[in-house]
Amino acid sequence: MKKLFIIALKDMKLIFRDPTALIMMLLAPFLITLGMGLITGRFSANTNSGISNIPVAIVNQDEGELGKALEAVFSSDELADLLEPTFAATPAEARQLVEADQASAAIIIPQGFSASIIPDERGSTSGETVQISFIANSNSPTYSGILRSILDAFLTQVEVGRIGAEVTLSQVAQTGKLTPELAAQLGAVLGTQFGQQSAQAQPIQLENTTASGAAVKFDLLMYFAPGMALMFLMFTVSNGGRTLLLENRTGTLPRMMQTPTTSAQILGGKLLGIFLTAIAQLAILIGSTTLLFRLDWGEPLGVILLILAAAFAASGWGSFIATFSKTPAQVANLGSVIMLFFGLLGGSFFDMSQLPEWVSTLGKITPNAWGLQGFTTLAGGGTLRNISEPLLALLIMGIILFALASIWMRRRGLVRK
Amino acid sequence: MAPILEVRDLVKKYDDFTAVNGISFSVDEGEIFSLLGPNGAGKTTTISVISTLFPPTSGDASVCGHSVTKDPMAVKRCIGVVPQELALYEDLTALENLHFWGQMYGLSGKPLADRIAEVLEQIGLADKAKQRIKTYSGGMKRRVNIGIGLLHKPKLLFMDEPTVGIDPQSRRAILDSVKELNRQGMSILYTTHYMEEAQELSDRVGIIDHGELIALGTQEELTRQVNETDTLVLHIAENEDPQPLVNRLQTLDGVSRASVIDHEISIITRSAQELIAPAVQTAEAVGIKIYSVDIREPNLEAVFLHLTGRALRD
Repeated sequence: MKKLFIIALKDMKLIFRDPTALIMMLLAPFLITLGMGLITGRFSANTNSGISNIPVAIVNQDEGELGKALEAVFSSDELADLLEPTFAATPAEARQLVEADQASAAIIIPQGFSASIIPDERGSTSGETVQISFIANSNSPTYSGILRSILDAFLTQVEVGRIGAEVTLSQVAQTGKLTPELAAQLGAVLGTQFGQQSAQAQPIQLENTTASGAAVKFDLLMYFAPGMALMFLMFTVSNGGRTLLLENRTGTLPRMMQTPTTSAQILGGKLLGIFLTAIAQLAILIGSTTLLFRLDWGEPLGVILLILAAAFAASGWGSFIATFSKTPAQVANLGSVIMLFFGLLGGSFFDMSQLPEWVSTLGKITPNAWGLQGFTTLAGGGTLRNISEPLLALLIMGIILFALASIWMRRRGLVRK
Repeated sequence: MAPILEVRDLVKKYDDFTAVNGISFSVDEGEIFSLLGPNGAGKTTTISVISTLFPPTSGDASVCGHSVTKDPMAVKRCIGVVPQELALYEDLTALENLHFWGQMYGLSGKPLADRIAEVLEQIGLADKAKQRIKTYSGGMKRRVNIGIGLLHKPKLLFMDEPTVGIDPQSRRAILDSVKELNRQGMSILYTTHYMEEAQELSDRVGIIDHGELIALGTQEELTRQVNETDTLVLHIAENEDPQPLVNRLQTLDGVSRASVIDHEISIITRSAQELIAPAVQTAEAVGIKIYSVDIREPNLEAVFLHLTGRALRD
């Protein structure tokens, strides 16, 4: 075990003396996070999110409860600082506001929207498929993304309420004590109620509470900071994998094998070095953004566990990449590609929920996606229990990748007996 | 004296290529044994196998009484290796390099610190120990490379071409340190393609070519094979093509072999004195100017030339 640490600490010392590696590991993610903070006004606005008064055009052609409820959500007191709704008379007028960059998005609630969902006095809906239109302003992807998230959250509440009402009616009907007339009346009452509930419900996790009940505001930097840290974590781990091949080429790995050290100790030491460096990188980035940007990463124990798990899974990828490369340059190139690919796929640049479902499902192969899920959950006030899924996923990912890397390294003869 | 290293029918193949083809030799305790051969002869592969880096395809070697195939860890504890490549961490200082490698050999604490101080004195770098390796000259790096192999005071030291690519002063220092280590009782297996180094250092020499040991013995025993011959060396201009002259010289009476390295033509002959005039005339006939002529006593170069028909640095 001692030799594992001797090798690992030597590797850490070498990496922290490499100016290029330091730029990629620490400076680049820090500067990009800083840049995102400046772009979003995080450092100049008084609000925690740095985002306020997102202009949105709303056209409500629906005459029912749900249209009113959605209107109420966008003009609610809770979102008053964040949103600046304009109620347009026609879809054309709303579209014009978007095209003129006077709105980040337009939401058009069509006629018959409520009727298509809420049962009438006869206990039935209109049966028509009526969809809300969301027109995003392509010049304002972040803001339109936030608006889309609010709308999605509202629609999810509506769907939950609709299913709940159906189940209630169905269960009461099965008792045989419900006459058709009563069922119609009950349907209408439930429909009205869930419409009102949708209006009252918190539409999105923009405002959340911590375990202690204190309010926590959504901070866009709390999305970008872990996003960038996790993306550049992939550089660190692939660079660690690169050193394994580099040492083989420069002769220090064969020399280690001529000392009284087993191949398992050498391989273990190299992998431990990658893991410890990844931990150090995340810890430094989290520490520095906490001090300099005043970011609140959430429950400390959860953050520590998430750092360990993310570093473990990412190190697994770093080792895995090294096993499929023949030269140190190949690892570096492959590592850069994977860093960007995982960054995109894992949501380091934007919220994956805005992309097709299969893309976000594919993103689950990346430590970025799970890590980001965990860090944003903690930053939003989540507890250790709330991050058990990403923790477990990262742990399993790391175990599988390390096992595969070890097998392949031995097969390739990179580490011999 | 009991052998500290015994190599028996060692074979190492890489797919269809045979790098070492059934060589056998032994190194006695306290001896300097040189493996002399041109580049690609199989010297490094031999050291790699007997230092447990690669398993042999067949055969075995016993180091300090331990088989390299059956008990490699015991072998590793007994040996020190100075590889041909500079296996150092350029971003660490000499002190840090020695500390790391010392730990890899199982040393720690005060014994390690004391030993590092001794080795730094021995390699003459005590005053520059805190400089990073990348700031060192080639010769200084070579000395650190050697120092690492000495840290744990091995009984048997493998030195694989330790003087490649360095200046004459550093080379001299290294050869002197090899002799000093041997005086202190260390057994040394030394590989080189420089005939002069093998001649200066070795108690016994094994000449290796194409993975086979083609001659083995003391220098006296080896040169006795070519005692009846002289070596005549002709130096020609750099811009001349020596091959036509070499071809013509091989047809002269009394010439056993003629070969060329760079712009130096070596001729093995019964009598160098008698060959000077015909050799110069032949050169004039093919239009090549001879700048100087040397007559050399029988040496290992001549032995290699005699045995293979090629010069050591061909």
